[in-house]
Amino acid sequence: MSAEATFGRISEVSKKFGITPEDYMLPARHMINLLNPDGSLRPENEQGTEPGHEYPLPSPARLMEAYAALVKGRRVNDQNSALVRQGRMAVYPSSHGQEACQVAAALCLGENDWLFPTYRDTVAVLTKGVAPMEVMTSFRGEWHCGYDPKAYKCAPMSTPLTTQLLHAVGVAHAAKLRGEDTVVVAMCGDGATSEGDFHEALNFAAVFNLPVIFFVQNNKYAISVPLSQQSAAPSLAHKAVGYGMAGERVDGNDLMALMAIMTRAVRMAREGNGPLLIEAHTYRMQAHTNADDDKRYREDSEVQGWIAKDPVTRMKAYLEDAGLLTDAALSTIAEDAEVVAKALRDGMNQDANTDPRELFEHVYSVKSTQLTEQQALLVDELDREEA
Amino acid sequence: MTATTSRVNPNVSAATARAAAKAANENQPVTFGKALNTALADSLVADDSVVIFGEDVGTLGGVFRITDGLTARFGPERCFDTPLAESGIVGMAVGMAINGMRPVIEMQFDAFAYPAFEQVASHVAKMRNRTQGKLSLPMVIRIPYAGGVGGVEHHCDSSEGYYAHTPGLKVFTPSCVEDAYLMLREAIDSDDPVVFFEPKKLYWSKEQVDLEQLARDYDAKKSAKTEGQARIARAGSDATLITYGPSVSTALEAAKLAAEEGINLEVVDVRSIVPFDDDTVCTSVRKTGRAIVIAEAQGFASVASEIVARVQERCFHSLAAPVLRVTGFDIPYPAPTLEKFHLPSAERILDAVDQLQWEA
Ligand SMILES: Cc1ncc(C[n+]2csc(CCOP(=O)(O)OP(=O)(O)O)c2C)c(N)n1
Ligand SMILES: [Mg+2]
Repeated sequence: MSAEATFGRISEVSKKFGITPEDYMLPARHMINLLNPDGSLRPENEQGTEPGHEYPLPSPARLMEAYAALVKGRRVNDQNSALVRQGRMAVYPSSHGQEACQVAAALCLGENDWLFPTYRDTVAVLTKGVAPMEVMTSFRGEWHCGYDPKAYKCAPMSTPLTTQLLHAVGVAHAAKLRGEDTVVVAMCGDGATSEGDFHEALNFAAVFNLPVIFFVQNNKYAISVPLSQQSAAPSLAHKAVGYGMAGERVDGNDLMALMAIMTRAVRMAREGNGPLLIEAHTYRMQAHTNADDDKRYREDSEVQGWIAKDPVTRMKAYLEDAGLLTDAALSTIAEDAEVVAKALRDGMNQDANTDPRELFEHVYSVKSTQLTEQQALLVDELDREEA
Repeated sequence: MTATTSRVNPNVSAATARAAAKAANENQPVTFGKALNTALADSLVADDSVVIFGEDVGTLGGVFRITDGLTARFGPERCFDTPLAESGIVGMAVGMAINGMRPVIEMQFDAFAYPAFEQVASHVAKMRNRTQGKLSLPMVIRIPYAGGVGGVEHHCDSSEGYYAHTPGLKVFTPSCVEDAYLMLREAIDSDDPVVFFEPKKLYWSKEQVDLEQLARDYDAKKSAKTEGQARIARAGSDATLITYGPSVSTALEAAKLAAEEGINLEVVDVRSIVPFDDDTVCTSVRKTGRAIVIAEAQGFASVASEIVARVQERCFHSLAAPVLRVTGFDIPYPAPTLEKFHLPSAERILDAVDQLQWEA
């Protein structure tokens, strides 16, 4: 597609909203925020919306579904942190505080849509439908990702920062060439936006006009380095305009706003309007991983300040005030979350049943002569150990 | 039925003209580049999931014209240009391979594949393993490589060692026209990712090869496998020259010169660096008792080092002399005016042959 054609596409989209292409691509002046921290709905003129940047409220049923996933996500985060402390899990990068982002990223997708998560996005992977023990396989110290990415349309969680964004572009491109209806959500953190593959992925997606939503969780830190040392851009969402796509900022602790934005983004992408960049403002409430000491780079008061903005209490207050969340519903949701937590406890308390012989099986489609020889060496060692 | 007459020569029937043209074709030498181009075209015909992309591979047909005519013939959905970004090209290929395609991508030059190295080492090579075999990546990364063409800096690297060192990748490099065709077809049909090194000095070399016959044999599964199979490029009895890619022709030249002095050298073309064919290489060395490994790449920690190690581990008791290496020096590639001092030459190979302790 030529540059003129690409920009022509953006011009067409912006016309649908009655705004200029620039106003369509640039994020709204304020971040989109539908719920106050106390759970009250903000007045319409204070939601950050503008002409062309409007987001219909999700239905009550949708919000209830999202809230249940949110509670489950929080429970899983805290269960996993406990399992790490007990030595039953090797490492866990908790998304405590970021669960609303994770839930929205997965719930906005349809059956044929793919998710490309990072190491931080276990709750999104879980919400996409991957079985709890399968999600946590790599964190318990196993050598593989633990689930079948094709079965769940969910890529292995990626650690080399932003490399997965290009894979997301490729999946969308293959689907487009075959005329299939597939939208892809590709996730990364704020620090990761400095990586070269971030740039290459956004540019490829825009040039090939692919249905990819780049979803950035801006949790303010990349391990110890604050965002001010990663980027001098007015916001991460502003980077979109440089690629010829639309960007938007959203309160990443406001599940209602996230669901509204992501639902519209997926619809826009599905209709052939090209990729989008969504930046969610959130906060990592715990250390980078259990191995990190966040006291070395941030004040406790800063962390405390974010407790009041917690996504779970905010959503709960809204749903209760709206009369949607009955006591019965609350306890069902809590019980369902506990089922998952228990599955994780039970699973992690059993020793992993790994066979070192398998290490040679999946390097190539057919084991080479050399790997067969090396495997035999190891088998011989193991046999002697047993004898 | 009236036979249509040929427009070129109205005195002969069109069928006769076609037969004559075909006969002429069969006698026309074919270039290495044309063999690669034909292999790409035949793969696009054979398998709908094959897609080709990279920098300048569409309208232009690639800076070496290896994809010449493919966009015109198969359309821009099967062969297309991408933005200028090597990591992007490899990373997008990974995603397309995850989603059912067989991407064949071109890195414009050896040294310009380096921006993509993270994608290659962390994902292309590992995806099958880290998904316990659930995701395979059938993709080919074509890399024009090595020197000898007067290229300027960053255009002549022999980078095969980086890839050969990375488990999960297959590494092929053809040295003759027939192999250019067959090995590329095999690479594209492989369910594993293949890094396919094309010696750029061979692109214009010509041989008498019937590509149509090769294609028929390949499609009928009658061609001998090349993956994991070294090739005896010249049979001999006194010593074995083990080499691959651009150095095979140099080794053959050295063998010819040695024959004039009464030394009969065997030349083994490795072809498939990974997986490596220990059998063919070691059978030859056990027979001759002497070996030299030849490669353009810098010798330190190289594919040549690996071959020497493997040979001495397996053939020690058959060896009459230490296994020697003739490789590039351990210096940055000195392109273009001084490259001749760096590259293994027939003379340098013959000097090494002289050192194989013949008096013993
Ligand atoms: C290419 C690469 N470089 C460095 C790292 C080590 N690393 C892991 S996470 C991380 C910080 C990433 O920060 P951000 O993108 O903001 O995501 P967050 O961890 O905050 O969710 C770093 C530097 C890595 N995984 N990959
Ligand atoms: Mg961060």
